[in-house]
Amino acid sequence: MAVVEAPGRPAASDRRRPGRSPGERGWIAAIFLLPAVVFLGALVLYPLIYTVIRSFFNDGPSGRATTFAGLKNYIGIFTAQDSLQAFENNIIWVIVVPAVVTILGLFFAVLTERIHWGAAFKIILFMPMAISFLASGVTWTLIYVDTPSRGLANSVVIGVHDMFGSQRSFPELHPGNSAKGLTGNPKQGFTLTTPVTSSDVALFPLTGFNLTSPPPGAEPAVKPAPGNGISGVVWNDFKLGGGGTSGAVDQGELGVPGIKVEALQNGKVVATGTTEANGTFRFADLGNGSYQIRLPGQDFTAAYQGISWLGKDLITPSIIVAYLWIYAGFAMVLLSAGMSTLPRDVLEAARIDGASEWQVFRRITVPLLSPVLLVVFVTMLINVLKIFDIVFIIQQAAGGDARYGNVLAVQLYTDYGNQRFGPASAIGIVLVLLVIPAMIFQIRRFRKDES
Amino acid sequence: MTAPTVTGASATTAAGSGIVTGAANRGLPARLAARTGSGALQIVLIIVALLWLLPTFGLLVESLRDPTQYSGGGWWHALIHPAQLTVANYQALLETPAMRSGFLNTVLITVPATVLVILIGSAAGYAFAWMRFPGRDFAFLVVVGLLVIPIQIALIPVVKLYAALGLTGSIISVIFFHVGFGLPFAIFLLRNYFAGIPSELMEAARMDGAGEGRIFFSLILPLGMPAIASLGIFQFLWVWNDLLVALVFSDSSSQPLTVALASQTRQFGSSIDILAPGAFLSLVVPLIVFLGFQRYFVQGVMAGSVK
Repeated sequence: MAVVEAPGRPAASDRRRPGRSPGERGWIAAIFLLPAVVFLGALVLYPLIYTVIRSFFNDGPSGRATTFAGLKNYIGIFTAQDSLQAFENNIIWVIVVPAVVTILGLFFAVLTERIHWGAAFKIILFMPMAISFLASGVTWTLIYVDTPSRGLANSVVIGVHDMFGSQRSFPELHPGNSAKGLTGNPKQGFTLTTPVTSSDVALFPLTGFNLTSPPPGAEPAVKPAPGNGISGVVWNDFKLGGGGTSGAVDQGELGVPGIKVEALQNGKVVATGTTEANGTFRFADLGNGSYQIRLPGQDFTAAYQGISWLGKDLITPSIIVAYLWIYAGFAMVLLSAGMSTLPRDVLEAARIDGASEWQVFRRITVPLLSPVLLVVFVTMLINVLKIFDIVFIIQQAAGGDARYGNVLAVQLYTDYGNQRFGPASAIGIVLVLLVIPAMIFQIRRFRKDES
Repeated sequence: MTAPTVTGASATTAAGSGIVTGAANRGLPARLAARTGSGALQIVLIIVALLWLLPTFGLLVESLRDPTQYSGGGWWHALIHPAQLTVANYQALLETPAMRSGFLNTVLITVPATVLVILIGSAAGYAFAWMRFPGRDFAFLVVVGLLVIPIQIALIPVVKLYAALGLTGSIISVIFFHVGFGLPFAIFLLRNYFAGIPSELMEAARMDGAGEGRIFFSLILPLGMPAIASLGIFQFLWVWNDLLVALVFSDSSSQPLTVALASQTRQFGSSIDILAPGAFLSLVVPLIVFLGFQRYFVQGVMAGSVK
């Protein structure tokens, strides 16, 4: 946006136009400005003043202002639990988002210069900017929902978790009613009451398999032959149609595959193993002595549920990730445009002088780009202070933990909805105070551009 | 984008990953690499691009899925079982009265709010750029300062103002609010652009006896089209995508699509057959506008980069 210099333009034009008095011109200017003045005055300036005053008053029924409250509404922001949480989250947003967006945008801007399809890449990354926060919120809720089979994020996490050899789990299994010799509970695991010595066979009769759809990979149980260290079998002591002896491995009963088994001596785990498909296990190299054999509890608790993305601890980081998805492209486009104005010959000269790409980036690109970096940073700062929509939408799916993702603008809306106009006004004014440094920055930048 | 075609060592180090050919062929891989960048970088950026597309793609697939499948597993199951895909959700959505009127209201709010901001903003921008009146420079600095004022501060007083004017819940109330808060950016952008129009053109028009109105409509507006287009697209997207303003000022008869959909988000799982296609429909129009006019959009973002 080149601001073409037009030295003394209005004065000059006045002089050259005889027959029209300055008074007449002022009148015309008033006509051109009137609609804007009415709208800005009624909808921006008057509300600003109103809200400043309202923030110092108490609330009566249906939000009517009553008595002078002093700073009570302001102090309330930092003492009431929900708004304090909102304030803390806003601080997290302010610390994390502008910096990360700017850095991401910078890297993408530099890297896209080196690929053939940079324009396409820019369009793809910039696209979320055009989408409403509502649509983005729904999109990311689809990713974050908790049920493992639904949310994309958790499906990936659980997939990775299972890939790295975590044990299978069998929450349905428990010692049968008639089983003897096992103590413990699903949380702590099950231990044989009698210690075993080497060359014994340890039997773990459990029940609970759904026999019409047994776990994949389970094979008929086999009682291992004694000898060659402690051996044993973990199996489902029940077969379709019933029958068989309780506590004995009968034909047709299934082994429990892939469950963890521990051997303990003096309360310490000295060996661990995993059952085969037929339920057998063996500790071949244990010394003499007696051992406690245990099935640890972790295999009886429910399967790994993934991460609670919208829970107490992660809801704000999760929403921030969604927000980065929206704004990284914005930063990239601004910075790319800035980079296109950098003097090519300086960069080339540095390269010819043997500077590495990193050195060129660090010592030339970044310093020359710093004004644009600052603009991106400040813009993001303003946006993030006012952040509302995407937090509001994703919170809806978070249930009881929603309040942990609270931000000031959402709290303001909640207070507004509850007709607590005093606190709502105070939050509004705090937001204004927080953006004032950014406002000063904008005005300074504008003045510099003008001169 | 002029990729560095220098034959210097730097170009080849960044590039020559893997392609080992005879010394005689050295020029070709170097040139290829200069054109396409290194293989690793390509792959990383392809992954990034796919990651960026994935959420929206997931929304699209979910919106096309039989909603009874939702509790059974994520949208990616539909990629393996294409039989789950159906357009029934969209048909049902378009037959839901709240969504139909929501879509209509979105249009009825967005178009006037955009046109009004352009007209009022252009007039004021022209006055600020080319007319002399007392307090002009200070008034313009106030406009620049208002750029960053959060809309949240205006909710309560404007609700009361609308109640006094009998506008509560009307479409007009939503439009007016968007105009008010769209104006600082509009005036800022257009004033700066109009100021760059050569003054000789206006002199010539005045010599021919044209008044300010004529000059504004037949000279400033046509010449200012690039900036006006940027502003229009920006304002259009902003209003189309707005949630907060409509949440506060519209009622059930005037609510736009975003509000109609937001009210469904509490029952996320059971409303997915409305939410997913609704959200996707709501992003189709901005996406078309963006892809069609991205040059202007980017210009608008760059000129403002404050809102």
